[in-house]
Amino acid sequence: MRRILTVAMAGVLVAGGLMAWMARADEFTTEDQERWQGEFMSVVKEGRALWTSGELGTNGVACAQCHPNAANTHPETYPKFQQQLGRVVPLRDMINWCLQHPLEGQALALDDPKMIALESYITYERRGVKLAPGKH
Amino acid sequence: MAEHRWSRRGFIRAAGTAAAASALPLSVVEMAFADPARNFRIAYISDAHIQHIRGTQFVRNWDRGLIRAVAECNLLTPAPDFVVFGGDLAQLGTKEELDHGAEMLSALKYKTYHVMGEHDYYLDLGEYWSELFGPHWHSFDHKGVHFVILNSVLTYDDWTHNRWPSAQQRMLEMAGLDNPNGSPFMVGEKQREWLRKDLAAVDKSTPVVVFSHSPIQKIYKGWNFWTEDADEVQALLKPFRKPTVVYGHVHQIQYNQIGNIAFQAVMATAWPWPYPETYAQAEPDFPPITVPMNRANPFFERDATGWQGIDVEAGRVTLNYRLFNNTDRTIGFDPAKKRPVDRDFPDKDKRIPPQDHF
Ligand code: HEC
Repeated sequence: MRRILTVAMAGVLVAGGLMAWMARADEFTTEDQERWQGEFMSVVKEGRALWTSGELGTNGVACAQCHPNAANTHPETYPKFQQQLGRVVPLRDMINWCLQHPLEGQALALDDPKMIALESYITYERRGVKLAPGKH
Repeated sequence: MAEHRWSRRGFIRAAGTAAAASALPLSVVEMAFADPARNFRIAYISDAHIQHIRGTQFVRNWDRGLIRAVAECNLLTPAPDFVVFGGDLAQLGTKEELDHGAEMLSALKYKTYHVMGEHDYYLDLGEYWSELFGPHWHSFDHKGVHFVILNSVLTYDDWTHNRWPSAQQRMLEMAGLDNPNGSPFMVGEKQREWLRKDLAAVDKSTPVVVFSHSPIQKIYKGWNFWTEDADEVQALLKPFRKPTVVYGHVHQIQYNQIGNIAFQAVMATAWPWPYPETYAQAEPDFPPITVPMNRANPFFERDATGWQGIDVEAGRVTLNYRLFNNTDRTIGFDPAKKRPVDRDFPDKDKRIPPQDHF
């Protein structure tokens, strides 16, 4: 049993070494970049679907009703001090704030795939704008 | 709500206390001519977006905006001569929404005129709305002013009649402000021909005030802050000495002057919208003379919503924006500058930080 394990482990090591040799950390291709961008854009697309959905909250209201093209969400200003919350918060806290209030919904976990999708969509619509952390 | 600096004519005195006044939301329009016998005011409520959830449930937030507007309007002293509802009473054009909205508006003590919004129209092409509120477009005269009500939210026939599998789908597609499947608003040839004939009978020195839902100018096509045949409609107004367009749809303070035509937008009772120039991916082409409303604070549900009062001096309008959670604003036609001017923020260096939109 132990011998079989040792052989198997050696096999893994060889394969691992081979893989490390084949895929070097500092090299990737245009196809890789396109694929990664595609992965990102598919999450942006999910975010856009959630953005326009009346199902995200409980009252049929959608984020897009008040934030066309995610305007007025200012992701470049986060983290920032929110007067009414009394502390510096990340963008996700404000996503949840609007979700709980105008949409009368449940807050999302900060690592919920829906949260990531909403944030991806918001930041994508804001592409090109300079970071301005803390700005009001 | 600020103290009533604009109420030099005792407008809304009945409100009495600041507390009572801040319990009020809607647009008041005061028409004041050199001849005081011709002074009058109207109230303007717009964009309530009453939204049905299920059964007897409606979105509370939007209901509260309209209820407050109606309550404030009923406190006006002296009373407005009439009220205009500027369109988008409903969110998805259903009977439930239009009935619920009409019921809230029925508490108004004054005659009410209605303008068609796209959210009222695209489910059944305005049929039920018309049963409740009358013709889609018409005109009337009041104390020396010729008023025109347009349905400016029509669009290409092909989009309306051939594009969508169901009326519900058509309504949903038009309801999304930033939906790329939408279609630009227009008055359309038939209505323009009616308008041409209607205006032909009016003396060119008569002040003309047009109420429309969309801006009758081209501001930003991506959000339909736009009227496709704006130039053609403007050409019909141009021969008049004092034409004015008051419009809804944009949910924000906006004003402009194109030739002799003055343009002013009214607030929504439901929710505010960002200014198009804040959309980082938009091609900017916006009216140059707007001092924006303050940026809304989402912690105040009624912030950046409200109504406005309008004075007309010598046939030109001054809108008194009655803002529920904010300092009131007064923007009116300045005869010397020949365009609408914000009374409190005429110069760039007088502006306050919340007016900075980005
Ligand atoms: C009733 C209208 C309304 C709805 C619906 C709404 N919001 Fe908001 N939201 C606002 C307003 C108004 C602001 C303040 C805008 C500003 O700061 O200029 C705001 C602010 C925000 C901010 C912070 C912006 C800043 O400048 O700090 C985020 C993020 C946000 N909303 C996300 C969302 C998301 C996500 C949804 C859907 C779950 C949503 N909103 C739905 C009205 C709304």
